[in-house]
Amino acid sequence: MTRETLFNAALLLGLIAVPAWAVLADEPFTITLATRAVILALAAAGLNIALGIGGLVSLGHAVFFGIGGYAMGILAHHAQSYTNLMDWPFVIPGTKFMPVIWLVAIVTSALAALVIGILSLRTTGAYFIMITLAFGQMFFYFAISWSAYGGEDGMSIYVRNSFPGLNTLVPIQFYGLCLAMLVLVLIFSARLRRAPFGLALNAARQVPARLEAVGMDPTRLKLVAFVISGVITGLAGALFADLNRFVSPSMFSWQFSGEIMILVILGGVGRLFGPVAGAVTFVALEHFLGGITEFWHIILGLLLLAVVLFARGGITGLIAGKEVRHD
Amino acid sequence: MTETILATKGITKNFGALRASHDISIDLRAGEIHAIIGPNGAGKSTLIGQICGSLTPDAGRVELLGRDVTDLSTDQRARAGLGRTFQISALAMEDTVLENATLGALGASGPPWRFWASALGDKSLRDKAEAALERVGLAEARAKRCSDLSHGQRRQLEVAVALTLNPKAFVMDEPMAGLGAAGSKELTTFLDTLRHEAPILLVEHDMDAVFALADRISVLVYGEVIATGTVDEIRNDPRVREAYLGESA
Repeated sequence: MTRETLFNAALLLGLIAVPAWAVLADEPFTITLATRAVILALAAAGLNIALGIGGLVSLGHAVFFGIGGYAMGILAHHAQSYTNLMDWPFVIPGTKFMPVIWLVAIVTSALAALVIGILSLRTTGAYFIMITLAFGQMFFYFAISWSAYGGEDGMSIYVRNSFPGLNTLVPIQFYGLCLAMLVLVLIFSARLRRAPFGLALNAARQVPARLEAVGMDPTRLKLVAFVISGVITGLAGALFADLNRFVSPSMFSWQFSGEIMILVILGGVGRLFGPVAGAVTFVALEHFLGGITEFWHIILGLLLLAVVLFARGGITGLIAGKEVRHD
Repeated sequence: MTETILATKGITKNFGALRASHDISIDLRAGEIHAIIGPNGAGKSTLIGQICGSLTPDAGRVELLGRDVTDLSTDQRARAGLGRTFQISALAMEDTVLENATLGALGASGPPWRFWASALGDKSLRDKAEAALERVGLAEARAKRCSDLSHGQRRQLEVAVALTLNPKAFVMDEPMAGLGAAGSKELTTFLDTLRHEAPILLVEHDMDAVFALADRISVLVYGEVIATGTVDEIRNDPRVREAYLGESA
């Protein structure tokens, strides 16, 4: 067993043990914090596929997070106000059923990622960053001016949406659902990076010319990676909205795009559990340091600086060393 | 008459006032090594770019197996059977030798839209990659990261990746570049047998290798092919001696 496997296992155990302790100790707020960490890790795990394997520095991933959030917000808003989303040509009612909300979040973020990807992948480097950022801002201002769905104020959803067999209002049950989703996505990521697609995408990041020379189109690979990445972040958005029972344009903000990128870099770019390590660290800092000082972002900034300067593999690299290649 | 595998038909390319390729018609026949030589700046790289698809000729066409591929992109040409090696090794440095070698086999096996099953666990991909590494003498280094390889080993891997693609024709851009005498000799021996699998268009500065390997040589000077012929014909061609080999040769 490699050091990285042990590190990953320890992280996963922590994500099971801490909330379990919180249930016994009756500390529901700790569960909420853990849920927040898990959902942010999920959003970052999405970005990690585009950024970590595909090398796509997207500063617009908040678009997908926001789309997931608004998919939940809009559907639940109509369900709680007993109105239809659409009456003509066919009737679309709202829903409080999570699987349907997730499906809508997945389909809409996939479409958005496809369109944004096709347009932004025509560029590389700083231009790619700027175009994704521009898309993020477009969605942000659109959400602000969309008064039917709360405009700048956002929307509150009074009761958490439902999932068959669970009482999602019980914090630990909702947490379990989010953790299960994160684990599924991590399993998928682990398979993906070793599958032909991951191998090719990884090479597309490093030497696009080589990939072309063996008959594959690097841009198309990156586009598919961008869509997969957007879908996962979109799903995280739907869960995040359900955690807070609130959606607002801030989910689309470029600051949030930056935040999930920080999670990935902090945890270790391209490392399977990097987003988890990053998100757990971030939420812990936010909670503990945030309790001490309002200026905790300065410490986060210093930490990020240290990671970028001295530990290119992020926290994972620091603890688990260089990635071990399987033969 | 042996079959023509790869041919350029009057390709011309200008960069502003610079005539990089002028009406170049060369062909590569089954079983042969056709070497392209020429002084620096003669337009060898531009020619390779147009054959492989990274540059579009202003006029003329490129044919692979009798089919006009001028409008195809680089990856489409690779799928049509063109295997190339780069002058400066283009390898995924963070990946292992085996992973790099698998890329060619992957490209040859169809589109990469497989997201679940492990690539290295796929026996047919792995067998191809391992066989190619065995042939270039890199089997021992298969688990090494590419960045840990010596320059010579990277050159060998460069050839192995092209091998796993199983191409109809090879285009090799200075495969001997930076190899020591022993390495050059080894690769020369290998390319000598490889020509029977697929013909090789060889751009090379190492004249010993060129004269040892080439069935035919074309001499490129200022974007024009001034002579094409066998090793002896080229050695004795007065224009070539003047333009390229120098009077002393």
